[in-house]
Amino acid sequence: MLTLTLPIAIGAVLLAMALNLWRMAIGPTRPDRILALDTLSINTIALVMLLDIALGSVVYLEAALILAAMGFVGTVALCKFILSGDIIE
Amino acid sequence: MSHVLPRPGLSLLILGLWLVLAPAPTTGQVLIGLALAVALPVLTRGFWPGRVRVRRPLAALRLLGVVLADIVTANLLVARQVLGPPERLRPGFFAVPLEIHDPFVATLLGSIVSLTPGTVSVDIDRERGALQVHALHIEDPAAAAAQIKSRYEAPLKEVFAC
Amino acid sequence: MLLEILIGLLLLGGAAFVLLGSIGLARLPDFFMRLHGPTKATTLGVGALVLASLLHVGTEEGTGGLREVAVMLFLFITAPITAHLLAKAAQAEERRRTATQAGGTLPDGGKGTG
Repeated sequence: MLTLTLPIAIGAVLLAMALNLWRMAIGPTRPDRILALDTLSINTIALVMLLDIALGSVVYLEAALILAAMGFVGTVALCKFILSGDIIE
Repeated sequence: MSHVLPRPGLSLLILGLWLVLAPAPTTGQVLIGLALAVALPVLTRGFWPGRVRVRRPLAALRLLGVVLADIVTANLLVARQVLGPPERLRPGFFAVPLEIHDPFVATLLGSIVSLTPGTVSVDIDRERGALQVHALHIEDPAAAAAQIKSRYEAPLKEVFAC
Repeated sequence: MLLEILIGLLLLGGAAFVLLGSIGLARLPDFFMRLHGPTKATTLGVGALVLASLLHVGTEEGTGGLREVAVMLFLFITAPITAHLLAKAAQAEERRRTATQAGGTLPDGGKGTG
């Protein structure tokens, strides 16, 4: 079951990441690009979780946690920058 | 007591999370976790809104169940909308007048709205006491606002008794 | 056996929703509409994948799975906050653009909108 479903799932997530990159490239506004970047980081977490299952290693989970934290903080900082033109008020 | 541990629940959460993330729960890790659990709530005290209590745990559980079920059904609906022709969608903004004045509970309502059927909360207007919501497809704004009020706001008011 | 089928279904369902969120992001015509895909579909999709990983690792190695739960909780808590901030940023950006179109010049000249 897993040998069949894992490659399909990984393929779907990779396709999703390609779509994110495309949206990030064409924009057209800055919030669009930030949204694409944020989605890209969440999709990377999905990919890491799939690798975690595929390779049977717990190490990948820590990478997923760090990605989640960094992605969130990065998105918030970029949004703050657009809202006020400054990150630290 | 209230000066050393202003938020016991938060302290417990920090300690628990630290031990979960630590490679092995050794004595040193427990000590670091305890230090963080005591220090972080005190250091971040200024950022926390006024304290609210869960008055009705059973109602809270029921609301959680409703929200989780709605998240799944909402996604099936959004799936159809996303894959269908975009011209058929009628997106739009609408306002939900709020009866909740506590900032924490209002934030909770905004988060629930963002995670459930075709709606994202955009802004909380404190002066008018209204939640600005954007919907992916909307036919009757008044009905949508009424649904949010009866489905999520009323149970939230019951849970926190505010 | 039953568990393996469940894991397989969670994997397929989760990956499908992740893809769906990104399709929404790529093909919907307006920013506020694009915001819906990633906040809902992608969050649920990753949630399902994390659940699959939890079931899988839990059965293979017997390490519990509290870390997976931490990742899932974090994602579900941050998704609405990100959406809210992005919506506010988009509104600010739109206000800035209409202001510059109306003839008024802004301090930053409305730079970098495209």
